[in-house]
Amino acid sequence: MSAVAVLGTGMHPWGKWGRPFLEYGVAAAREALRDAGLEWTDVQYVVGADTIRNGYPGFVSGASYARELGWSGARVASCYAACASGAQALDIARARILAGLCEVALVIGADAAPKGFFKPVGGDRPDDPDWLRFRLLGATNPAYFALYARRRMALHGSTPADFAAVKVKNALAGSLNPMARYRKRVTAEEVLASPMVADPLRLMDICATSDGGAAVVLASQEFARRRSVPFVRLAAVSTVTPVFPNTVLELPDFATDSTAAVPAPERPFRAAIAHAAYEEAGVGPEDVSLAEVYDLSTALELDWMEDLGLCPPGEAEKLLRDGRTALGGSIPVNPSGGLASFGEAIPAQAIAQLVELTTQLRGGAGARQTADARVGLAANQGLFGHGSAIIATV
Amino acid sequence: MTYAIDGWFAHSPEDGARLLGTRCTACGTVCFPPRRGSCPNPRCPGTDMEVLPLPRRGRVWSYTNACYPPPAPYVAAEPYEPVTLAAVELDEVGLVVLGQVKGLTVDQLEVGMELELTSGPLADGPLVWMWGRAS
Repeated sequence: MSAVAVLGTGMHPWGKWGRPFLEYGVAAAREALRDAGLEWTDVQYVVGADTIRNGYPGFVSGASYARELGWSGARVASCYAACASGAQALDIARARILAGLCEVALVIGADAAPKGFFKPVGGDRPDDPDWLRFRLLGATNPAYFALYARRRMALHGSTPADFAAVKVKNALAGSLNPMARYRKRVTAEEVLASPMVADPLRLMDICATSDGGAAVVLASQEFARRRSVPFVRLAAVSTVTPVFPNTVLELPDFATDSTAAVPAPERPFRAAIAHAAYEEAGVGPEDVSLAEVYDLSTALELDWMEDLGLCPPGEAEKLLRDGRTALGGSIPVNPSGGLASFGEAIPAQAIAQLVELTTQLRGGAGARQTADARVGLAANQGLFGHGSAIIATV
Repeated sequence: MTYAIDGWFAHSPEDGARLLGTRCTACGTVCFPPRRGSCPNPRCPGTDMEVLPLPRRGRVWSYTNACYPPPAPYVAAEPYEPVTLAAVELDEVGLVVLGQVKGLTVDQLEVGMELELTSGPLADGPLVWMWGRAS
């Protein structure tokens, strides 16, 4: 059994607070330790998910957080994997626990995000595709989300009204989540009247960039059992790369891999990310009680539902329309409110997904609670081929 | 005219615009942008990549536009006109290639529509490949 225990979770509310990222991370860490009933000095291993837009402390975030919390002599690691950084940090921490090298680990991610479109980090770098796609094409992140959305419309007949319905659903859930940045309910009319950003996606279809922080305390199951309180298990962390040839145009690439010499793999990348998590946890889509997916756009939430196997390709809109993915539905998707309500705080986001799964599996989600939640799945994807999916169980 | 990037495409009066990819001489895998060094096919030990002009025509895989000026290092025209982007499937080489679209707005595009490679200047002058109406 490869599971570790989730002993504590904490978050700093998402927003645009304009303060140093360390403040958000430390607040989340202290909350996670309080929740776990542990002291900072009980932590044997601290892992930071890095941020690349906040100077040097962000590149060595593990040590930056340790310094803020007070040097304790703990083992430390820092890692970056774009949007998958949080999952990567969780994976590193659980590996050390499972190897028997430590019993208690603290995983922290936080970001202070700039205003507007994400742009490449500074300097002329004509050998970096992330710089070149802006320079040569003006291809922003929403442009890629929009390509997927338009493709979905062509393949499955999705409509802007379907996309708006995703936002309405997620905004309702977010209105009930005190950690969310956007707490206002919205109507489909408001979404459809918001300014077009990247056709067919409008401003309210696209996730914002936010400040926020999230942390979890992980421990060995033996350690958790000694405390005689029920705990949620982190049963799988999938961090796979794509399999060649990857036939989906991935951000920030100029082209797909070629199928000229090797046929496309059985599962496209996003589906393969989830599949690896299912295999590791020994569960399948039919076992999932709720899912947190990376809704960078409203349309992408629908793609993810199919990639996770929650429904066959082209049927996500039907589940949405039937209310099955809403709070109280048979398979709530983004009961936290998702990126639609949070905005993206890159290194914190995958950790925040685990916080939501844990809250739901503990039965502590209040008005957002999924009835009889037993298995939670979170999925995410980092730039340049960093897959990320997590399964947590009771 | 100078190219905004060297070695990714070429434009000549007689041959028109062509994207320049590479083909692995061992397994035949095609790449765009052109690739040096090892073949991306994980089961191929090849390291010899030959330049391959890509087919000039393809079908739209998807498309969008940028309603707001993209941030630097993109140089946006003033006054700004939305940039149209298309990802185009090149069947013969099994690739989808992204590019700006010249002379067509999103309202004139459709998934599956045939486009042809051309080129055009960025706002600050250098040439980049673009997808245009098939002749």
